[in-house]
Amino acid sequence: MSARRIVVLGAGTGGTMIANRLRRRLSPEEAEIHVVDRDDEHVYQPGLLFVPFGLAHLDEIVRPRRRQLRRGIEFHEHEVEAVSLERDEVQLADGTLLPYDVLVVASGVRLQPEETEGLEGPAWNERVFTFYEPASADALHGALERFERGRLVVNLVDMPIKCPVAPLEFAFLADWYLRERGVRERIELVYATPLDGAFTKPVASRHLAGLLGEKGIDLVTEFNAGEVDGDAGKLVGYDGRELDYDLLVTVPLHGGAAYVERSPGLGDALGFVPTDRHTLQTAAKPNVFALGDATDLPISKAGSVTHFEAEILTENVVRFLEERKLLAGYDGHANCFIETGFGKALMIDFNYETEPLPGRFPTAAGPLPLLRESRLNHLGKLLFQSVYWHALLPGRELPGLGPTMPTAGKKLAATT
Amino acid sequence: MTTALYADTPVEVDAEGFLTDPEQWDEQIAERIAEENGIPELSDRHWLVVRFMRDRYLTTGNAPSIRALGKESGVPVKELYALFPKGPAKLAAKIGGIPKPRGCI
Repeated sequence: MSARRIVVLGAGTGGTMIANRLRRRLSPEEAEIHVVDRDDEHVYQPGLLFVPFGLAHLDEIVRPRRRQLRRGIEFHEHEVEAVSLERDEVQLADGTLLPYDVLVVASGVRLQPEETEGLEGPAWNERVFTFYEPASADALHGALERFERGRLVVNLVDMPIKCPVAPLEFAFLADWYLRERGVRERIELVYATPLDGAFTKPVASRHLAGLLGEKGIDLVTEFNAGEVDGDAGKLVGYDGRELDYDLLVTVPLHGGAAYVERSPGLGDALGFVPTDRHTLQTAAKPNVFALGDATDLPISKAGSVTHFEAEILTENVVRFLEERKLLAGYDGHANCFIETGFGKALMIDFNYETEPLPGRFPTAAGPLPLLRESRLNHLGKLLFQSVYWHALLPGRELPGLGPTMPTAGKKLAATT
Repeated sequence: MTTALYADTPVEVDAEGFLTDPEQWDEQIAERIAEENGIPELSDRHWLVVRFMRDRYLTTGNAPSIRALGKESGVPVKELYALFPKGPAKLAAKIGGIPKPRGCI
């Protein structure tokens, strides 16, 4: 039998992992693997959080995409024009056609600041920033260094966003950073969210709201930002409420990659790809799969989710090629460190059914405390970058970190 | 779960007042729920949004988010907030007799 062709759209966390895992699993005689991305810059996204505080620099967190891919994977540096589900074919912007037997959509999300009136006005990268994008994260570092007094508002425009805890972490770190600089008492810190609490999940939400309170950060809930008046320094909600700011750190609206919208039948209204929550096969067509931020799954858009999905997806692409029944193996497992400032972090671990609970998380190096601040969690977060480049992306197994959520160590009956 | 009385009809609702069985819903119940939530009269634009939410839930099993609602219902987000102050998706779901939209995570 001649080699089948697998095309992966996106060479970020998900695309790189899935291509490398499939390359290890399938011989060149069994499958050709093609990966498409529009540029050659792989950003270690968790690192962006630290850039505004001078704790990370762009040159440390950006590496060439190509170099993260195993030998025997063909990389195409082009924008995707569209996917034709009918012809099983991807059209690239330069006109190249890539027919496929299996397609994996791993193109993540696109920030859409243009969807919020006034957000990209003259104050953009002057008084209004986002750390979700490398250039703006870098510009924000300069602004924070010069910030002496006034009001800093952190706002996420609407869900879904990548790493839903990141804006909270930003607020915690800003508190720490401004205290270190000795200017915190002259600066008011406000966290404005469209959610009805600090976070989406009740138990973690109460813990995190408590932390905001302890650090003197005002929490404004059910705030749906509709408009930014850059000159006046006003964030205006759809309900008419106004928040004055001297510095606005926003998390803009997120949507799927632009080509998803140009590909009939592939995505939903926001450009996310409807995907089976356990097998990761898309609703678009049986030979199309998706993982990571690109999907519409009801779980965090986060690297840990993508990692756990990649294990199941590798298995299912192989099963699909062999015409075997797919494994309904993904349970929504997500796991993240939440940086809380002063060299500490929390950890949360959850899935579709179980919300983040207190307890301990078992790891090869010993248990880590869940939902409780500790130095160990902070060190875990720092060490993770090396694990990311050297174990996660190449597709090596990480002992103790699997696609299903461990229940050992969790206080499952806990309600506080 | 508790029972609420709307337009003389008993319906099952959850702790926040969302109907748990969309089949128990009718237009009079919708009008009563709207009244209770500060909308004395449902205009054609209100109905367009409520019906869109309800149809979408009944066909897909999910109620759209406010952004999807703004893109697909033909009613811009700004107007949605004018029609259903505070939380358009939540309130339209409640009036439409479907469960509370699941917030994203």
